[in-house]
Parts: sequence; C-alpha cells; structure tokens
Amino acid sequence: MARKEYAFYPGCSSQKGASASNYLVSVESMCKTLDIKMTEIPDWNCCGASISYAESGELPRIAMNARNFALAETNLPGQDIVATCAACWLGSRESKERLEHNSGLMADTQTALKEAGLQIKVIPEVRHMVEVLIEDLGYDELKKPVKKPLDGMKFAGYVGCQTNRPFGIAGESFENPMYLDKLIETVGGEAVKYDQKVTCCGGALAFSEPEKAQGQIKDIIEAAYDGGAEMIVTPCPLCQANVEVYQGQINKRYGTKFDIPVLYYSQLMTLAYGGSAKEAGLKGNVVRARKLEEFAAK
Amino acid sequence: MSDMNTQMADRYKNNFLKEIEEQAEMGEWVKMCMQCGLCSGSCPTNFHTGWDHPPQEIFMLIRAGKREEVLNAQGMYMCTSCYNCYVRCPRKVPVTHVMHGIAEYAYRIGRAPKNQPSMHLSKTFWTNATKNGRVNEVQLTQSLYFKDGIGAGIKKAMEMQSVALGLVKAGRLNLLEAVGIAHKCKDVKGIHAMLAKAEELEAKNKAAKAGTTGKE
Repeated sequence: MARKEYAFYPGCSSQKGASASNYLVSVESMCKTLDIKMTEIPDWNCCGASISYAESGELPRIAMNARNFALAETNLPGQDIVATCAACWLGSRESKERLEHNSGLMADTQTALKEAGLQIKVIPEVRHMVEVLIEDLGYDELKKPVKKPLDGMKFAGYVGCQTNRPFGIAGESFENPMYLDKLIETVGGEAVKYDQKVTCCGGALAFSEPEKAQGQIKDIIEAAYDGGAEMIVTPCPLCQANVEVYQGQINKRYGTKFDIPVLYYSQLMTLAYGGSAKEAGLKGNVVRARKLEEFAAK
Repeated sequence: MSDMNTQMADRYKNNFLKEIEEQAEMGEWVKMCMQCGLCSGSCPTNFHTGWDHPPQEIFMLIRAGKREEVLNAQGMYMCTSCYNCYVRCPRKVPVTHVMHGIAEYAYRIGRAPKNQPSMHLSKTFWTNATKNGRVNEVQLTQSLYFKDGIGAGIKKAMEMQSVALGLVKAGRLNLLEAVGIAHKCKDVKGIHAMLAKAEELEAKNKAAKAGTTGKE
C-alpha cells in the first residue's frame, strides 16, 4: 500500500493530448517516486473554471463541482480530492465553501444531483497537489529522494494567481508566498528574486483580449530575466501555457527576444529524483528546456 | 432579452441597489464597500482600454442608482479572475465575485455589449465544457477565432499558426478534437439532466425574488 492515497481530479487540460498533458506526465513520475497513490475520480467533469461565470450562473456551476464531490465520495470514500490545476482547485473549493455555508444552495444542488442519480453526504476536503507535498510530506521528505540536485540552475518561481488567491497555501502570504522558492531549493536549484511572482498572466483573457494579457505576460518574463532566471517554474497549467506559448507573438509585438522555458515544479522534481526527460514530460515544452534535457541525459 | 431589462427596471423602479442585491450573484456585498479604491489599484487590467469604471466606482454608481451608467459600463468585463482585489479588500468584499455577478446580470438581461469578447468566451467555454462534460480545447479555440465570421477567423487562425504548431509538436494539441474525437464523460446524459434542473431552479429562485412568475 502506498503511504498516501488521494482521489485525483486531473482536470481537462491535463488529459492526454491536451494543453497541460506534460504536467500530468511529470506529476505521475513524481508521485511514483514519493509513493503517493492518486486514483482518478471516475467520470469526473469540468469545474467550469472562472470564465464560465456569465453563461453558467451560480447553481449550474456549483452542480458541476458537486457531481465530482459525489463521485469521489461514493467511489473513493475517505480520500481527500487532490487537484493539480489551479482553476479546478479553486472551482471545487469555492463550491465546497458555498455549499457548506448555504443550506438553500445545498438543497437545490442535491435536487439537481438527483437527476444524475447522485447525492452528497459529506464533501471531501479539496486540496492542491502542492498542499499534499508541503503539508502531508514536508520539504524534508521531498528532499530525501533527490539523486541529482539541479545545482547552479536559476529559476523564477512564478506562483501566479489562483494557486495563491483567494485560498492560497496555509501559512503563506498572498503578496510574497515562499513555497515555490522552497520547492526549487529543495531540489537544489536557485530561486531568483524578481518582482512579478504573483502577477496575473491574464488568465482566460489571453484568449478574449490577447493584447491586454500579452502586456502582462511581457512584464512577468522581463522581470524573470532581470532577476537572472534561466527558466520559469509554475504550479498552474494556465500560467504555464500563457507565459510560454505567446513568447513569439510578444516578441513580434514588442520587439523583445524572449526565449525562456516555462516548467512545472513537478518536472523539476522528477528530474532531480533521477527521472528521464520523458518521465518529466520535457518534450511537452514548446520553448525547449535544453539545459534540462542535457541534464536529464547525463 | 431586452424585455427582461425593461421588466427588471420596472420591477425595481429606482432602487438599483436592491436590484443588484437580489439579482446579481454576491450583489448583497455592494453596500459593504467603503470606497477606499484598493480594488482598483490592485487590478491588473487597470488603465487598459475599456476600463471605464473600476470596481469601487461601479459600487458607488450602483448605490447612487445610476442604472444606465452601470449597465453601459465596460469595467466588469475586464476581470481576469486574479483575486487581487478579493484578498486585499479591507472590508472583505469578494470583489471578484461581485464583478462577475454584475457582468452576469447585465449579460442575462441582454445589456452586455454585443460580441463583448470575454462574455463570448464565457458562453463558448461553458457550452463547450458542458456538451460532453469536459473541455474540447481545439473546438473551443476554433469557435473563438471564428466569432467575427469566417474571414476574420481565417486571418486569426493564420496569426496563431505558429503557436498552434508549437503545441502540436509538443503533443499538447490534438487535432482530432476538431472533429469531435475527444475526451468525454460517460454519463453525459446525467450531466445534462442535472444542469437542466439546476438552471430551472436558479431561474425560479431569481424570479421569486423579483416577485414575478419568471415567464415572459
């Protein structure tokens, strides 16, 4: 039996062939080393993310999240739900909070769930993968399996918004959370100081209002370079994609020469644990992390 | 939809604050605002085009009963859901949710600007996600590009070609999704039934608050 077991909520972007599929690959490798068993919630559905607010309304959005709660509770009783995606985590936690504080909303949600043959008894705890790492294992445990420390590599830990606000990681500040820097240091890397650690990447507005979002992304990348970073590291699939894939367009728009890899914490951990480039999902990076590819091959 | 706007204006007469409190999600928080402006100063889209009224101005306009000014405002559509305002508000107003609530209300009564890009994305995203229970990223992107017609869509798709190619090469964009070969939930039928019930209940609750039958 694994030392920890959780009901896993991977979310739409982490599925095979989707925009954060390399996040999932690296999380699986990392969890294998750490002896964490993640069982996918059977038939889980989309959380609705923040952007659906105008079309969904409150109750349908919460019903979607409640369906995941009911499925987790029924199929994986007693296990915390763990999300790797910031939006999934936020959507689920927000729904849990509202349902537990509003009996009318809960009653309506139960009525809706009944149409899908489900009901909620107790809503499981909803946690982010990072919380599991820090709170259930701790930095010392995370350090133990390190075989190849990422010595001499400089990373800008980009926490972004929704892994940080409104819930955040317990004990961390909203303005300058330190956990990502500590994770980088735990695997031997150097976390550089820079001033855009919790700046918004534009979120969904990268699709609907690209010029606004790309302005914000430019500031983040510029600050990372100014801080001396060679790579950016993030816990959020949307931060990752936004900061990585629009670099070419930003270069065209602003005349910059950005070419900085954007990785997940789980990719760094997998590599430091001795994992291959494949196990770390490095092929999934659009801006190739050549330094890490060479490191993995050593 | 514009009927809904007239109906609500008639129903609430000059009490726009009450209208927002009863009809907009989290609208009951508007009166808690003390006009410090921290929300506006914290907003990442601050001073971009379209940011006519920042949150604290919208709150004051609501309390002043300026229905037209608020419903014509653009500021609430600029929200990136970054939650900066939410965590910084000294009165603990969930500003992000209130802004979403006002935008949703304007949209629901037909007052959101036509083709407002983020409202369009909201609709497209929700429709896409609920169709099969999970997001089809390729179809989501396609419907966004082609929102202004085929010509504009092709132009946009060409502009984005290098981004898309990079993702395909990295195994993060599955072109088969374009023809519907994508991840799906098994119990799509159950999800649709659940959502139909949730929509019905939400409409009923809001109509009950407004004291109408909920029928046109």
